[in-house]
Amino acid sequence: MTTTATSALADSELPRLRLDVAPLLLLPILALLALPLVGSFPTWVTLTIAGLAMGMMIFIMASGLTLVFGLMDVLNFGHGAFVSVGAFTATLVLLPMQGWMQADSVLLNLSALGLAIALAVLVTGALGWAFERVIIIPVYGQHLKQILITMGGMIVAEQMIHVIWGPDQIPLPLPASFRGVLLFGDVAVEKYRLLAVAVGLIVFAAMFLVLNRTKVGLLIRAGVENSEMVEALGYRIRRLFVGVFVAGSALAGLGGVLWGLYREMLTAAMGSDLMVPVFIVIIIGGLGSVGGCFIGAMLVALVANYAGFLAPKIALVSNILLMVSILLWRPQGLFPVAKR
Amino acid sequence: MLSLTGVHTHIGQYHILQGVDLVLPHGELTVLLGRNGAGKTTTLRTIMGLWHASRGALVFDGSDITQTATADIACAGIAYVPENMGIFSDLTVHENLVLAARDGEPDKARLEWIFGFFPALKKFWNQAAGTLSGGQKQMLAIARAIVEPRKLLLVDEPTKGLAPAIIQSLITAFRELKAMETTILLVEQNFNFVRSLGDSVAVMDDGRIVHVGPMAELSENLDLQQKLLGLSLDTHQ
Amino acid sequence: MMLSRMFSGDFPRSRFLALMLLVAFAGLTLAPFLFPGARALNVAATICVFIVLVASYDLLLGYTGIVSFAHTMFYGIGAYGVGLSLYSVGPTWGAVFMGLTIALILSLVLALVIGLFSLRVKAIFYAMITLAVASAFAVLASQLSDFTGGEDGRTFGVPEVLRPGFRLIDAEVFGTAINGKLITYYLVFFSALALFLLLLRVVNSPFGRVLQAIRENDFRAEALGYRTVVYRTLANCLSAVTATLAGALMALWLRYTGPQTTLSLTIMMDILLIVVIGGMGTLYGAAIGSALFILAQNYLQALMRQASEGLAAVPVLANLFHPDRWLLWLGVLFVLSVYYFPSGIVGKLRGRK
Ligand SMILES: Nc1ncnc2c1ncn2[C@@H]1O[C@H](COP(=O)(O)OP(=O)(O)OP(=O)(O)O)[C@@H](O)[C@H]1O
Ligand SMILES: [Mg+2]
Repeated sequence: MTTTATSALADSELPRLRLDVAPLLLLPILALLALPLVGSFPTWVTLTIAGLAMGMMIFIMASGLTLVFGLMDVLNFGHGAFVSVGAFTATLVLLPMQGWMQADSVLLNLSALGLAIALAVLVTGALGWAFERVIIIPVYGQHLKQILITMGGMIVAEQMIHVIWGPDQIPLPLPASFRGVLLFGDVAVEKYRLLAVAVGLIVFAAMFLVLNRTKVGLLIRAGVENSEMVEALGYRIRRLFVGVFVAGSALAGLGGVLWGLYREMLTAAMGSDLMVPVFIVIIIGGLGSVGGCFIGAMLVALVANYAGFLAPKIALVSNILLMVSILLWRPQGLFPVAKR
Repeated sequence: MLSLTGVHTHIGQYHILQGVDLVLPHGELTVLLGRNGAGKTTTLRTIMGLWHASRGALVFDGSDITQTATADIACAGIAYVPENMGIFSDLTVHENLVLAARDGEPDKARLEWIFGFFPALKKFWNQAAGTLSGGQKQMLAIARAIVEPRKLLLVDEPTKGLAPAIIQSLITAFRELKAMETTILLVEQNFNFVRSLGDSVAVMDDGRIVHVGPMAELSENLDLQQKLLGLSLDTHQ
Repeated sequence: MMLSRMFSGDFPRSRFLALMLLVAFAGLTLAPFLFPGARALNVAATICVFIVLVASYDLLLGYTGIVSFAHTMFYGIGAYGVGLSLYSVGPTWGAVFMGLTIALILSLVLALVIGLFSLRVKAIFYAMITLAVASAFAVLASQLSDFTGGEDGRTFGVPEVLRPGFRLIDAEVFGTAINGKLITYYLVFFSALALFLLLLRVVNSPFGRVLQAIRENDFRAEALGYRTVVYRTLANCLSAVTATLAGALMALWLRYTGPQTTLSLTIMMDILLIVVIGGMGTLYGAAIGSALFILAQNYLQALMRQASEGLAAVPVLANLFHPDRWLLWLGVLFVLSVYYFPSGIVGKLRGRK
């Protein structure tokens, strides 16, 4: 352990932690800057809400990954597999229940959706538990092998999706009451995006409460900073880790369901395709920081949507540019996590 | 209370502890001295199970803890104040102590007793621990170890960066802890600080214990001091 | 003596491995005569290119301990550089060299920038950044369709001597026409051989040994006075340049370039699978791995088709053996090899002696 050097550093850096608002201001500044560029107010609102919806979904998928990394220094390159599995599992409920899905009743629609999400979350959670046991434990502490093995796990998982659900894409229509747009004057907003924003906010609020108001949450935050000391205080960090891993996988599954409905089409590779924005988000946010992950997800999605409208050809490259500029400003990401 | 017999510890390929023998009698305060890099911190970490001994045995309170996991060692009644303090800077002072108390809120009366030595903790109760000064962090680290009564206390260089007034209250705190029959192992460079506190002294060098004896003997015998602590005493005063 | 210099003193060190390499070498050298037919020659040329591509990746992963997902990006830059230049300038050697030069410079600059930007931090960070950059690059290539041909890619002409219609001599040799296709094959083959031997030289040079020291313990290497960032960046650049050359060879061979053949993440996964299964940290692993992988990709799938048809009555089992699912089995093999034989096929063979 390097002791004195890091603690001296920590002294000068840490006091700003709680008061750090500059990254928070990035979002409104970005949105306001985009307004004159986009030109039309209704378009701007539509784009912004689309961006927020996309950001919420990416946040849901990325949050577990960043926490797992913060807590145990394990980066799961196969995280995307949970996204795909979640989405495909949901079809087990959604396709047979098309009756409820297409019924003209918000209640029935939401029940079918709720059931699908519950199943997806259960399955991906269980899968996460197994993944941790089989894949992660043997390579704990070895980054190189971790990357390789989790990549391998993802290949196998993706192929298993093909084995179970066949090689074709599966169309997944939206429930009846979430199709189409709501009109507020000139402003058109897709209903499903509002739903995605709502679910995202609920997940964020729940995570915020758990992390700040419960003992488990305190332990997780403490563990992200110094897992050894959590052990030395008498807590088994492993149990905490398994719990977070399972929760993170389940959240990825939830994100997968939301994303699948958003695209209305499922492919086995959807999860691995999403890993790129997810990685960018957690790098931007600061590896291990949930708050940073949230801001990062919103930034990435907003930039992608504005850029997609203003200059469609560079939409995906815009994320890279965003990442580079953030890292030039803060090399450790927006909210660097204090580490031993 | 705790005994180490022939303990060897490897860190990676480095052989750090090379046969440490040490006995901590119940209710006594033992001071562990030694020059930089002698292996004091490694000894404490080995006791806590943060490194595992590759050879030898550690027995705590009648049971063998050589291969026990850190969390279980802590639950068996050992509290640890690491050299870098290990406070959770993202959590408030209050939250740090809640975690240290293990089950539920810390005991009110005991907290007041702690505030008696470290008033700063009361003042910054709801402030992020990362915003505390270095000395205040040290107080918090010690408070965390004593917020619940534990059988054995391992403290690594607590006086680093503390003002003389606080060192005085630290001395009082250790006295009162001793009065409560807490066994203490204190790593320290500041000989004057431990002179009046210690019951016995162990001196380490190169991963071995090279001297064990009562504090009184070392404290009075200047020749012995010169021989064992020699330059290290001068350089650290 | 000669041989020792050629192999840079790094011999296969296992009789069976040496035999396999010899068979592969002989097979590739005589491929046009031994295995007539367009498909077989195509397999042989692909193996040659992949040996270089995978070996240059092994320089990063196996020898330096860096995980990069941008290797296909450099491969693609080589293929697109030559391809687009031939497409727009016309089928001349000048165009080939111009395209190659531009591609090499672009690769070098990109490798340098990415390296200096992110190689100072953890391996994991580098892996994430390269993944992001490489996928952005792939998207860019398919978006700029006016220039790159988009998803469809570009088909282009090659210099006269390399065209299938060209005849060097009119007679046939052992029943094989000495045409432009054959010449292209040998261009690919000898370039690949030269690059492979060059890489062998690099990893067995003092530079290569420093890389391995860094992989084992970067902290210590730094303490010994080696600037690890510099060495890593150099390895990164070297590997990128070699991959670019491999891409150029592939473009010349296929007379086509497109996102699926060069830039896709699928190829990146293939490279990763080959390196690990063949054996990390030994270039022979790359050679054996590539040969086996490409052969399996082209011929094993036929076998799986039979198995799948035989099992048609059992739906899920039939799916398991569907030829498109061969990645599943490779994935399983990959995971098992990371756990149980991280030194891959070559490690196994050498262990047996
Ligand atoms: N993580 C590590 N890896 C390698 N060597 C280590 C590690 N931690 C400690 N050491 C080595 O172990 C030896 C003993 O270190 P230790 O921290 O126990 O000394 P110490 O007596 O506490 O010294 P100080 O008075 O400076 O705190 C030192 O030589 C040190 O270099
Ligand atoms: Mg120490």
